[in-house]
Amino acid sequence: MRRFLLIAVPYLWLVALFLIPFVIVLKISLSDIALARPPYMPQLDLSAGWEGLKSFFAALDFENFVFLTTDDLYWKAYLSSLRIALFSTVITLLVGYPIAYAMARAAPEWRPTLLMLVILPFWTSFLIRVYAWMGILSNEGLLNQFLLWTGIISSPLTILNTNTAVYIGIVYTYLPFMILPIYSALERMDDSLLEAAEDLGCSRLSAFWLVTVPLSKNGIIAGCFLVFIPVIGEFVIPSLLGGSGTLMIGKVLWEEFFSNRDWPVASAVAVILLLILVIPIILFQRNEQKQREANG
Amino acid sequence: MAQTVFAPWDDPNEKPLIQFKNVTKRFGEFIAIDDLTQDIYSKEFFALLGPSGCGKTTMMRILAGFETPTEGQILISGQDMSHVPPNKRAVNMMFQSYALFPHLSVWDNIAFGLKREGKDKDTIAARVEEMLRLTRLDRFAKRKPHQISGGQRQRVALARSLAKAPKLLLLDEPLGALDKKLRQDTQFELMDIQEKTGTTFVIVTHDQEEAMTVASRVAVMDEGKIVQVATPDEIYEAPNSIYVADFIGDVNLIEGRAEARMSPATPRDQIEPTTTPDPEGAPPPPAKPDAPQPNAYGEWLQNTLLFPFLGKRAPNPKELPAPSETKPTPALQSPVKTGGIALHWADGHPPIVVANGDPQLAGAAVTLALRPEKLNIAKNKPDTPNALPGTVIDIGYLGNLSTYHVQLDNGPMVKVQVTNVRRIARRDITWEDAVWVSFSETSGVVLKG
Ligand SMILES: Nc1ncnc2c1ncn2[C@@H]1O[C@H](COP(=O)(O)OP(=O)(O)OP(=O)(O)O)[C@@H](O)[C@H]1O
Ligand SMILES: [Mg+2]
Repeated sequence: MRRFLLIAVPYLWLVALFLIPFVIVLKISLSDIALARPPYMPQLDLSAGWEGLKSFFAALDFENFVFLTTDDLYWKAYLSSLRIALFSTVITLLVGYPIAYAMARAAPEWRPTLLMLVILPFWTSFLIRVYAWMGILSNEGLLNQFLLWTGIISSPLTILNTNTAVYIGIVYTYLPFMILPIYSALERMDDSLLEAAEDLGCSRLSAFWLVTVPLSKNGIIAGCFLVFIPVIGEFVIPSLLGGSGTLMIGKVLWEEFFSNRDWPVASAVAVILLLILVIPIILFQRNEQKQREANG
Repeated sequence: MAQTVFAPWDDPNEKPLIQFKNVTKRFGEFIAIDDLTQDIYSKEFFALLGPSGCGKTTMMRILAGFETPTEGQILISGQDMSHVPPNKRAVNMMFQSYALFPHLSVWDNIAFGLKREGKDKDTIAARVEEMLRLTRLDRFAKRKPHQISGGQRQRVALARSLAKAPKLLLLDEPLGALDKKLRQDTQFELMDIQEKTGTTFVIVTHDQEEAMTVASRVAVMDEGKIVQVATPDEIYEAPNSIYVADFIGDVNLIEGRAEARMSPATPRDQIEPTTTPDPEGAPPPPAKPDAPQPNAYGEWLQNTLLFPFLGKRAPNPKELPAPSETKPTPALQSPVKTGGIALHWADGHPPIVVANGDPQLAGAAVTLALRPEKLNIAKNKPDTPNALPGTVIDIGYLGNLSTYHVQLDNGPMVKVQVTNVRRIARRDITWEDAVWVSFSETSGVVLKG
């Protein structure tokens, strides 16, 4: 009985916090928009009994999903999100790996401090930090003022409300998610492995490629998924830092939901987004599993 | 073929392969290697022995290039190694922690160094297979390091360091995790490799037997210094300090005060006659009448043709002496050697005669180091210059050997090692017996202090 309870807890968790909300969203996505409160039809009315249930299911259809294919805004937004997520993952990796490497190489007494510095931004609200970037990147912002002052540029650069600002915001926000798993993989690595590689004829650089990188592979994969998966659905950063040209599915979803108040279409967008994310999430879980096996 | 003794260290014309010149290594305040100067010659099998933390691994790491000496210089083949990185040294090291690449299979681990040399695939494959066979890992080639046992991992590490056939191989406790049989086999493999390839080995080991078996020279270290370097037999038979005597093998240490000995030695009649019949002292028994005897032709053949090679035919066929539990006591045949020192070790006992002791030590406090296997134990007082009375406290049975712990009257506890010639049930000495521990006048070593 106790064992059953132990197993049941995570499943209950999953059902309560994932499955039930998902079923609700799925149901809304199959409904029709209505000027009501809540703004969709049909409503499940259990008092009507069997007949009511039958007419409820009869009213559900895939109309909204069909609609998504007719307007190319949606698939362009999905593709654009994937592209932005991919590029920003690569950039975050390129920025994060050296930082993680330097942290893992730092003197042991420094490492907790460095780790703390990486986590520190989480202590302030994410929204405030993104607003701060607006202050930095705007035409009269700190960055432009500084560059004008040094004389590198003569007229302010337009960064805010472009894709560049979105990339900056994403890389900044998600950097810790990249650094932490890579750091933990690198820190576990035994230094004598590099010595062994050098002893067997590797230069420092080839020892890095042949030993360090393969051994941090799982950390790299974990970090990439931890960035890639949430960035696809990201909407705060593109809304605040991006311009009209920045097309991301999260932003579309937000607009459908709050501006158009078209809950059914917004739910359909969300359901497809989830289906797109299932693949990388499964791959991520596989990687974690493999890592656990390798460590165990 | 004339068998010359391999002793390049005695040859002043020989150039050493490795030279440590006043090397000191400090980690902060801590001195790991203390002003060490040592030559190691090509084709040597140089064993480093010493207690944990005495600096053996550090010495290896300096040779491999992972640590730079704080002071002093390392030369390999006469070339200063100060600015040569590890990957440019013709040195391979087997790490004490193995340092196997966890992401690579056993096969790829062994091939790692070969691939870096840019050898072609077939050469690499052949070499790796050879190494796998040598270390008996054929069946595990595809496994990852975490899928094999500790001893197997150690063998992979060994195979990986051997694969490149370097000029100098540094092995840091290469066989510690192997069972006795595999360890002995691998020791002989190593000696074989050494003979075939002429590789110079520097090996760290905690197993003295191993050092004795494989090494051309043994260095005993203590706190960053080499205390003594000598051939295995010399280290064992003639340690230069109490530290070395105590560290290598089992030893009995008897402290006392040295006194120059008057020659001739202690008069014979001071020694009580013994009642034990001595098997060797008895006249040889006559030839058995039924033993085969040569005829006249055979006699002639022997005396004319074979004589130059074989010598005169012994008139009687040799007979083995009857098995005895105690070692034969040589004292009766040869008179007690003169010279040396007498060691006053306990009140009320005659001094111990040490004929090979240095008379210069007269008057000094000294310690006599005696190996347990060089002592005899008997119930009756034997007719030897040195016989000390005592009581058996404990008997350790080791199968082929027995160790008697004897509390000397008025003196220290000593260990006596005896080969178990007889079945254990027929042993005539047991606990609490009053016994005599005896040894010849040349079987100990007198050490200062
Ligand atoms: N990187 C280091 N920093 C500080 N001290 C060190 C370092 N490496 C070694 N030491 C110290 O130097 C001494 C010698 O170490 P070393 O590893 O050479 O010992 P060892 O003789 O190989 O011992 P063992 O037989 O246990 O392997 C030890 O006291 C050790 O604590
Ligand atoms: Mg060591």
